[in-house]
Amino acid sequence: MTLLQGNTGDWEMVIGLEVHAQVISKAKLFSGAAATFGAEPNTQVSLVDAAMPGMLPVINQIAVEQAVRTGLGLNAKINLVSVFDRKNYFYPDLPPGYQISQFSQPIVGHGTIILDLDGGETREVGITRIHLEQDAGKSLHDQHPSHTFVDLNRSGVALMEIVSEPDMRSPEEAVAYLRKLRSILRYLGTCDGNMEQGSLRCDANVSVRHPGEEFGTRCEIKNVNSVRFVQQAIEYEARRQIELVENNGVVELETRLFDSSNCTTRSMRSKEESHDYRYFPDPDLLPLEIDQEFVENIRASLPELPDAKKERLMSEYGLAEEDAGLLATERATADFYEEMTKGRDPKLACNWVTGDLFGVLNKSGVGIEESPVSAAMLGGLLDLISDGTLSGRLAKDVLEAMVETGKEAAVLVKERQLKQITDTGVIEAEVDKVLEVHTDKLAEYKAGKDKLFGFFVGQVMKATGGKANPGMVNEVLKAKLGS
Amino acid sequence: MSELNHLTMAQARDGLAKGEFSSAELTQAHIAALEVSRGLNAFVTETPERAMKAAQESDARRAKDRDEPGSMEGLPIAIKDLFCTEGVLTTASSHILDSFTPPYESTVTANLWRAGAVMLGKTNMDEFAMGSATVTSYYGPTVNPWQRKDDDKPLVPGGSSGGSASAVAARAALGATGTDTGGSIRQPASFCGIVGVKPTYGRCSRWGIVAFASSLDQAGPMTRTVRDGAIMLGAMAGYDPKDSTSADKPTPNFETALEQKVKGLKVGIPEEYNMEGMSRDLLALWDRGKEWLTAAGTEMVPVSLPHTKYALPTYYIVAPAEASSNLARYDGVRYGFRAEGETLQEMYENTRGEGFGAEVRRRVLIGTYVLSAGYYDAYYLKAQKLRALISEDFREAFEKVDVLLTPTAPSPAFAIGEKMDDPIAMYLNDVFTVPASLAGLPAISLPAGLSSDGLPLGLQLIARPFDEETMFCTARTVEEAANFDVEPALMVGA
Repeated sequence: MTLLQGNTGDWEMVIGLEVHAQVISKAKLFSGAAATFGAEPNTQVSLVDAAMPGMLPVINQIAVEQAVRTGLGLNAKINLVSVFDRKNYFYPDLPPGYQISQFSQPIVGHGTIILDLDGGETREVGITRIHLEQDAGKSLHDQHPSHTFVDLNRSGVALMEIVSEPDMRSPEEAVAYLRKLRSILRYLGTCDGNMEQGSLRCDANVSVRHPGEEFGTRCEIKNVNSVRFVQQAIEYEARRQIELVENNGVVELETRLFDSSNCTTRSMRSKEESHDYRYFPDPDLLPLEIDQEFVENIRASLPELPDAKKERLMSEYGLAEEDAGLLATERATADFYEEMTKGRDPKLACNWVTGDLFGVLNKSGVGIEESPVSAAMLGGLLDLISDGTLSGRLAKDVLEAMVETGKEAAVLVKERQLKQITDTGVIEAEVDKVLEVHTDKLAEYKAGKDKLFGFFVGQVMKATGGKANPGMVNEVLKAKLGS
Repeated sequence: MSELNHLTMAQARDGLAKGEFSSAELTQAHIAALEVSRGLNAFVTETPERAMKAAQESDARRAKDRDEPGSMEGLPIAIKDLFCTEGVLTTASSHILDSFTPPYESTVTANLWRAGAVMLGKTNMDEFAMGSATVTSYYGPTVNPWQRKDDDKPLVPGGSSGGSASAVAARAALGATGTDTGGSIRQPASFCGIVGVKPTYGRCSRWGIVAFASSLDQAGPMTRTVRDGAIMLGAMAGYDPKDSTSADKPTPNFETALEQKVKGLKVGIPEEYNMEGMSRDLLALWDRGKEWLTAAGTEMVPVSLPHTKYALPTYYIVAPAEASSNLARYDGVRYGFRAEGETLQEMYENTRGEGFGAEVRRRVLIGTYVLSAGYYDAYYLKAQKLRALISEDFREAFEKVDVLLTPTAPSPAFAIGEKMDDPIAMYLNDVFTVPASLAGLPAISLPAGLSSDGLPLGLQLIARPFDEETMFCTARTVEEAANFDVEPALMVGA
């Protein structure tokens, strides 16, 4: 348990997260306008999104399916009847003056999510509910000195608000929650999880208490839109509340804004200033009714999810929990791994994916879906290692060349004559040459400077263009030097 | 040809079919009538050029010997200014929609144009359909073509569809669209001596109609005969996937339904509609209605709708609540009227303060209040429960009877200026119409007689959900018996 030290003893953080996940769907929640990110301002706006007089919302079936799919992926109760309500407030980027959301009867009820913590530990966190709602447009305050511009492209885009129980007790758990949720959503194909583009946004509810006591008063921290910010915001906020309480202050129920420039939170509005949203059922929409068959059809189409995938990678390939977890985070990574490991050494394959390939991807800044080296190509490279054609060292060079040229490993080996030298005679001859040239170093070595062994190995490798089998070079050298 | 505007819609249709006159001639006669009747202020916008063009196109279609002319081919009508009409100013009779010209056509009007109808113009109404006298319009009150005996005080046409009612009564249009939220078609029809139909909720699409109270708003026809109402509703109605509350049901042939036999039908007389202070004229008319229907072979059955007394208060919570939210979009940001301010908040306040009239502001305030935290349960939620009980009253009554007969409005038309300073007295106009609105039932008002001072009085028939057919054939029976053939004093071309 992570506890914070205060002047009055230990403090426990109590954290719940509200995540807004943009639903993957071509159209918006109640209009047919496109929901693609990054289009020219106000080019994806229907008459409904602009709240023209007399326009009416019609529910997008795909968005409903996606919410149900997400609910099933989080082991949650699916409500066959749910109701859309209007949340009323005025703002220029909210054309109708209300957001259509679900207040008292959401489409998804209680669910659970398993967090993977350091050292293979897990922890269950409750999902309170998931509801469907519309996104607002964007107010652009930096386009004109005295005017605000409004872009309605995002107006009406479908969001799922995923609300957790206050079950997390440390910023690390909050981060693990967000990572796991993101992973599940991406597996399900219901949200792309892109926090930079705002398709996954997070608000954190934070309170503190002495362990065993009742929950303290919480503050809602808005605008924590990266995994790092979640951690920073919670850390700051918990410290702020502890300091406040320990100096005889009182934590007020309020909404606070995270400022990423200095990693602090500041008050946005108090409870008294909070809006009265005047929720009421949207009279333009009938209650949303779905049947069990609809739910079961979606259930039947669910993919294998991260937890199951990880278990299977461990049992089927004998991978360590950490490796399996790493591969299972992204469905595409696991797929890549499983494709390339077919008929090959699973552990070697795992090392190459999580080691060298991840390195290549990080360097080029792309996801595994756009990997410059396909699973089949990387598999081909592995084969050349397994049959002794390439040493591990040579293979790294070949991988680099594969990334550069897009050619198969076998082709590159042939073109560049990179086959490793495993002929003892050839290696012995090279070793002899090196020892003849470096008589001074040989004398030093014999006088006890053991470190020079590595120098000789390096010289042999250099002389053979790196192609000599390193193990054999070692052996031959050892024999020649009589050590 | 000036008498062409005195034809009923059915007569005009048949005359066009026989080639007795053209749509251009028919339309021209109505444009002339419309011009002469401008003193009534029935129209916010006249579209004579568009009308003539449409009429000529209609004649051309007919000349090409189209096999099946549309059900309203070549018939000139007026459109309440609550329906969005592509390229034609649409105001809801509000300052806040200044210069608003929609780039789209409402489903109901699009259906009418597809059936061949010709638009004469957009009619005046109470601002955002909030009112019972067409006196809250930004464009000034509409005058009822009827006048009291020995009194030329201008009278209200009722509301909110008062411009449509006045235009149809004055023979400036063969028919007109109205919308009815709590009686806005039926009460003005009663005041102007015409027929007004509020179909079942969901029968006509609400898409493209400026919303007042979404769970109540229904479009319907306003005509001079029951048959015309049946013809016109047939053209307006139909399932629309763009309106989630539209009913996915086929539209029956309402005109054929007029021929259905009423003999053997059970007609319910709700005892709670016999209210204290009703005029003797009205009670006598109601009795005559019962006698006519009895004579036609139906059976009068007393029924009870015990929650009727809660209908008005329920309505005046539900409708303003929805309106307060529906009207939030008129904020000066995207279209219509804007009054600038130093801050965003000020711009909102100035725009909505100046852009909305007093009655709209009153209802937005009431609606905001009843939805507020701490009041929601006491008002909105309780009203929803009462609404369910009111529907249940009707459901039980319709287990015993086929149709209900009631008066339409508690009084005949009153003078412009009366009841203006007493919103409650004004709201009482809707006492007989609101219950059917809350229950979403089809109802019709038809002129059945005159008050002692010579003003038309209407009777209302209410039917089961989606049973407009029984409503129409019963109404046709009453219409025949009543033989209402008096014409208003300010009628054009008489």
